[in-house]
Amino acid sequence: MSPPESSTEADTRGPLERFEARAAAVGTETSRVAAETATAAIEAACRGATVGSPLGSEVSLPSSVTVDPTREELLAAETGVTAGTLAIAAYGTVVVTPSPNQEGAVSLFPPRHVAVVRAADVVPDMAAAFDRLAEAFAAGRDDAVFVTGPSATADMGELVQGVHGPAEMHVVVVEGSA
Amino acid sequence: MSSDRRRAEKAARIRTLLDTESDSVAANATHLNDRRYEALDELGPERYEELRSTVREIKEDAIERLPTLLDQLRASVEANDGELFVAADAAEATEYVTSVCAAVDAESVVKSKSMTTEEIEVNAALEANGLDVHETDLGELVIQIAGETPSHLIGPGFHKSRAEIARLFNEVFDPEEPLETPEELTAFARDYLAERIEAADVGMTGANFVVAETGTLVLVTNEGNARKVVESTNHHVAVTGIEKVLPTLASVRPFVELIGRTATGQSAAIYNTLISGPVDSPPVPTEDSDAERTFHLVLIDNGRSEMRDDPDLRETLYCIRCGACNNVCANFQGVGGHGFGGETYTGGIGTGWEAGVHGLDSAGEMNDYCTGCSRCEPACPVKIDIPWINTVVRDRVNAGDDPDAFDFLVDGLTPDVQSGGMDLQKRFFGNFPTLAKVGSLTAPASNWLAGTDTARALLESSFGVDGRRELPRFRRETLVKWFDRRATTDPQSPEREAVLYPDPYTNHVAVERGKAAVRTLEALGVAVTVPSLPPSGRAPLSQGMITTARQRATDLWGAVVDDLRAGRDLVVVEPSTLAMFHRDYEHLLSADRFDSLSDNSYELVEYVFGLLENGADSTALVGPDPDGDTTAVYHSHCQQRTLGLEAHTVAVLEDLGYDVTTTDVECCGMAGSFGYKREYYELSIHLGEQVAWQLRAANSQRVLASGTSCVDQIDSVLDATPRHPIELIAPR
Repeated sequence: MSPPESSTEADTRGPLERFEARAAAVGTETSRVAAETATAAIEAACRGATVGSPLGSEVSLPSSVTVDPTREELLAAETGVTAGTLAIAAYGTVVVTPSPNQEGAVSLFPPRHVAVVRAADVVPDMAAAFDRLAEAFAAGRDDAVFVTGPSATADMGELVQGVHGPAEMHVVVVEGSA
Repeated sequence: MSSDRRRAEKAARIRTLLDTESDSVAANATHLNDRRYEALDELGPERYEELRSTVREIKEDAIERLPTLLDQLRASVEANDGELFVAADAAEATEYVTSVCAAVDAESVVKSKSMTTEEIEVNAALEANGLDVHETDLGELVIQIAGETPSHLIGPGFHKSRAEIARLFNEVFDPEEPLETPEELTAFARDYLAERIEAADVGMTGANFVVAETGTLVLVTNEGNARKVVESTNHHVAVTGIEKVLPTLASVRPFVELIGRTATGQSAAIYNTLISGPVDSPPVPTEDSDAERTFHLVLIDNGRSEMRDDPDLRETLYCIRCGACNNVCANFQGVGGHGFGGETYTGGIGTGWEAGVHGLDSAGEMNDYCTGCSRCEPACPVKIDIPWINTVVRDRVNAGDDPDAFDFLVDGLTPDVQSGGMDLQKRFFGNFPTLAKVGSLTAPASNWLAGTDTARALLESSFGVDGRRELPRFRRETLVKWFDRRATTDPQSPEREAVLYPDPYTNHVAVERGKAAVRTLEALGVAVTVPSLPPSGRAPLSQGMITTARQRATDLWGAVVDDLRAGRDLVVVEPSTLAMFHRDYEHLLSADRFDSLSDNSYELVEYVFGLLENGADSTALVGPDPDGDTTAVYHSHCQQRTLGLEAHTVAVLEDLGYDVTTTDVECCGMAGSFGYKREYYELSIHLGEQVAWQLRAANSQRVLASGTSCVDQIDSVLDATPRHPIELIAPR
């Protein structure tokens, strides 16, 4: 299936490059790092008091991140870190899979969201994403948020980023991670 | 109330909307239109059509199998530890929601945006039970504190400018520093709502889609409020219509790919949230240490099962409420959803919803704003024939009207099949072909007579024909008569044979364009005939007179069938007539007759384009002096654009050496009889001025328009009488 990009570049770029280009187009920052330097890169992407949900991969959260935050910590945090279980190159979308580890709130409440995605989880298009989603649902993980850029509204007369969700969105793509 | 008085009141209401809400609505709608066109360009027309066909098939199948899917959904929701309640009507739904709130001792409810909860007026029901209700979508918040109703399917505060919102916030909230910029207003609203969301006991959402297979809700937002109200409260109550059910998780995919694009011109909405039962997040801490999360899905019927059984309204259930048909509609841009809207739903598709859930009174009030211009049809991601739904509703409203005192005046002109109680104005305009015939027979006396003060006063008070409009001037010599009388100039050994269709306007009023058409076709090697043919039924159809229109279609078919079988092409000057053959006849004739007529009929300049592409000699036509002024400005016709035929005219003109600028206004605002009607005159002129502005900006002496309505409209708002493009290029 062809991606929504009509530019011929789309055909020659790999999924990571396409993801980065589309993410930039929807206002999401990205960085690409090796597994060994991922924790440091996550830390560099965080601002202020940070809450997080365990990433579920071999990448560790920086020690400065508060895991399993209280309601107060969650509401006071400036950054939330979660895994992105999938990323969709054609859309610049990251999929967050909420669980009892509070990914739902951690990814949404603080004004900045840092999502950590394994390069192997960057799929080309929406069809591939739904295939993967079906696998997750079959495994009992039937909750998902497709995030395509920072929260925004135009209801106050002009586009403003940062409404009920983050004003800033950063995706750390980790290469060579298991 | 007399119809005269009713018209005056409607005109006054429209004047108020034009003065107060129109500018903001038009700015918002055209902005979303531009973004949608950009997003669809990026997607590419083939992919767009592929996605549209896919979602259409999914919706057709889902509505067909709805009872089975609802059973499957119930099992899925229960397996997810949720509860499903199907409410027969609004009262049952609000009672259920209220009881859920009571069972958990709720004091406050936070809501993300949901038109279905507007439909059942759940806020009023909850407030009557002592609950605080807070809308968290920023547009809904504006409407809630202003005490108004949404004016658009996805942009409830579409009709309010930033300055008006700032004034409202400053009055209601009295902040320490007055709010002014969009950033300040957004930050204030976010903080104000964050406190209320945090304190709330119940979170209500709608649902854009519901998956039967997995019991999953799909919530589409940009602000992130749907997920936030769910995360922040322990009790999630989702309310939506039964028609939102899709069979499988996989079937959600194409909708996610389309809805952001058609709604707001985004490749995807920022948040597509999938929730299956109570979310896994730990319960929000409360005084009750055993707090747990609950999930209730309330599906509203409220007339939808009857819509499903109604072959004409059924398509409405395919609507995904993206609002594209609102944005693209010229009349919507003029008056917004507080004019073109019923009790809850707005714009073209709103008529179908209102007819189904609130009844014909609500639908009838808004229905006249649909002029059948058809620009919404290519904009609809689910390929709903919105103009047809509006025509059907008009037909039903007509049937229910009381007979009027002036019936005898038009009875002679109205076919028996459709007589009865319908509005005199509609019957007057529905009979334009007969009027034109009488007008030509008695011209110029008919033109003098129609121009007298007495006649105009009668036309205005009895038939609602606005006195400020110039009436068409009927020509004594019709196109058919001219053709019969002239010496034959058939080309030797013609390449093709064509029947030029003499629609009433070309035949009786705009005869010159018909003559130019004959000269052009003959110069390009086509043997032309211009027989007297029955009217197409466009005039009665636009007034909702379906029975009459069907009779006309059948008569016309009978009159042209031999020509079509003999391999002759049917060439049409008036785009609204071609739209009958290519679109509306699908509803009026059998499939084989419709196919035959639509396959063998062509818009005039499209036909010229085809002849030139196939080797006809373009030097037979008139181009500009290449050293002189080569400019031309062209306003295509709304239905011609929908049929994808604007480009052919532009291509032919450019091929001949013209430097063409086109307008991008969706519709000129005249739309057949619409602009003649007293109550809509000012709205029509308001829209016409947008066209005039673009035409003036092009700064060309050659002003061109394909539709007669457009020509009349431009004539009245611009100091130039436009010509049909054929009159520019025809050999003299």
